[in-house]
Amino acid sequence: MSATERLGDLLRELAPQVLGVLMRRYGGFEECEDAVQEALLAAAAQWPGEGIPDSPRAWLITVASRRLVDHIRSEQARRRREVVAAVQEAPDAELAPAPGEEGPGDRDDTLTLLFLCCHPALTPASQVALTLRAVSGLTTAEIARAFLVPEATMAPRISRAKQRIKAAGASFELPPPQERAGRLDAVLQVLYLIFNEGYTASSGPDLHRGELTAEAIRLTRLVHRSLPGDGEVAGLLALMLLTDARRQARTSPDGALVPLAEQDRGRWDAALVEEGTALVTTAMSTSSLGPYQLQAAIAALPVQAPRAEDTDWEQIRILYGILGRITPNPMVTLNHAVAVAMTRGPRAGLDLLESLDDDPRLARHHRLHAVRAHLQELAGEHAGARENYRLAARLTTSLPEQRYLRDRAAALDPGNGRAPGETG
Amino acid sequence: MKFQLSVYADAQGHEAFVTTARQAGELISGHALADPSISAVVRVLDGVVTVTDGPYARDREHVTGQYVVDCESRERALELAALLPGGVEVRPLMDPAGMEM
Repeated sequence: MSATERLGDLLRELAPQVLGVLMRRYGGFEECEDAVQEALLAAAAQWPGEGIPDSPRAWLITVASRRLVDHIRSEQARRRREVVAAVQEAPDAELAPAPGEEGPGDRDDTLTLLFLCCHPALTPASQVALTLRAVSGLTTAEIARAFLVPEATMAPRISRAKQRIKAAGASFELPPPQERAGRLDAVLQVLYLIFNEGYTASSGPDLHRGELTAEAIRLTRLVHRSLPGDGEVAGLLALMLLTDARRQARTSPDGALVPLAEQDRGRWDAALVEEGTALVTTAMSTSSLGPYQLQAAIAALPVQAPRAEDTDWEQIRILYGILGRITPNPMVTLNHAVAVAMTRGPRAGLDLLESLDDDPRLARHHRLHAVRAHLQELAGEHAGARENYRLAARLTTSLPEQRYLRDRAAALDPGNGRAPGETG
Repeated sequence: MKFQLSVYADAQGHEAFVTTARQAGELISGHALADPSISAVVRVLDGVVTVTDGPYARDREHVTGQYVVDCESRERALELAALLPGGVEVRPLMDPAGMEM
């Protein structure tokens, strides 16, 4: 790990802790978050030359507090009164935890901040952007780069998110117990969105997006450490690890997508597979079943099989059946149909797909047609498969997926001597 | 998700759209286009460059302006397009990323 990476890791770890301290001392999420961001920028500029201070956390708190006070002084009178009042009201806030809450710890701060950034008043895209800035300590420019938008687009998205949180009257404390489960769902969804954004990004030039995967895993580990008994948090972490284990094998050197069945298993990360499998196994035996645990359990099965043909499809079929009952949605049905095809023959899978034909959520979605093409190919119905691969290729908005689907269709051309499956 | 919004009406009355999309952090870029009669189409065949004056497609209606937005969903893109005058084509941009199947 390079010195720059070490510094980045340190700053990311300290960012929510410093913000937590400021929030408890002064309140005012928007102002505190800006001050912490400035302190992080100052550290990133000064520490490489001057060395990391003895107590980096104290250094950041001091600098951020000073920035905050500077802002208060330079702000307009109305705003000044608000914040100064907050400063005067809460001098000992850090020493006086809310009743029923244990002493404020850094881990709890991270969790509290996540709840705040994933506030229901925000859209998922704003929750994601705000989480990366306030909890991960990324700069607006870094977030913009990761999401392939200009900084001028990302900056108003983040400031509006902060204003909405202020307008909603949200405070720096854990949500009340009756709301906590629903709010935690939103946090997990945001972490999963961050993970997927990084995972789907192709290798090479999209390095910045790939780093989102590591960041999502890091944040989910923090939440798991705060809530070790929550099966869904463990399930999400396991799902991320088991998915990320395949990262190296999922694209060929020229950037083409490699389907799961054709991936080089030697390139899967065995340590991640082991950790993810252990996590989901423990979670499922100790807490109530939920969708993330089920998806992780499903993801664990193909990566445990020594060869693609050894995959326990019967178990996958059963798990998708349960998942479909807990969270009915057409995407689950699509995956269920694949598992049915692998255990009861492609025709049975195709029959199940017909139940989705009238679903408006899938009418223009390429996945339905891609899965149908795949099952038709398995059934030996090559003309129909070719048609549906082509239709799916027209409907997808992903370049690598389009390339994959066109290659599959081309491999089924009557004039093509290659056996289907040789391309991929 | 990114979308291109192509406007066919006169390049006026875009303020509501621009304000809304910019403040929400959804507007990536936008520009008004000059009349297609002063366009040129360039083709290279066997190394020979030919230039023809006028638009590529000889349609009666032409795009007068384009915006690129980054928003939550197709529904949101359609909602933004409804703030623009006349008929607006909402077309998704291709994403360089994808999921293995």
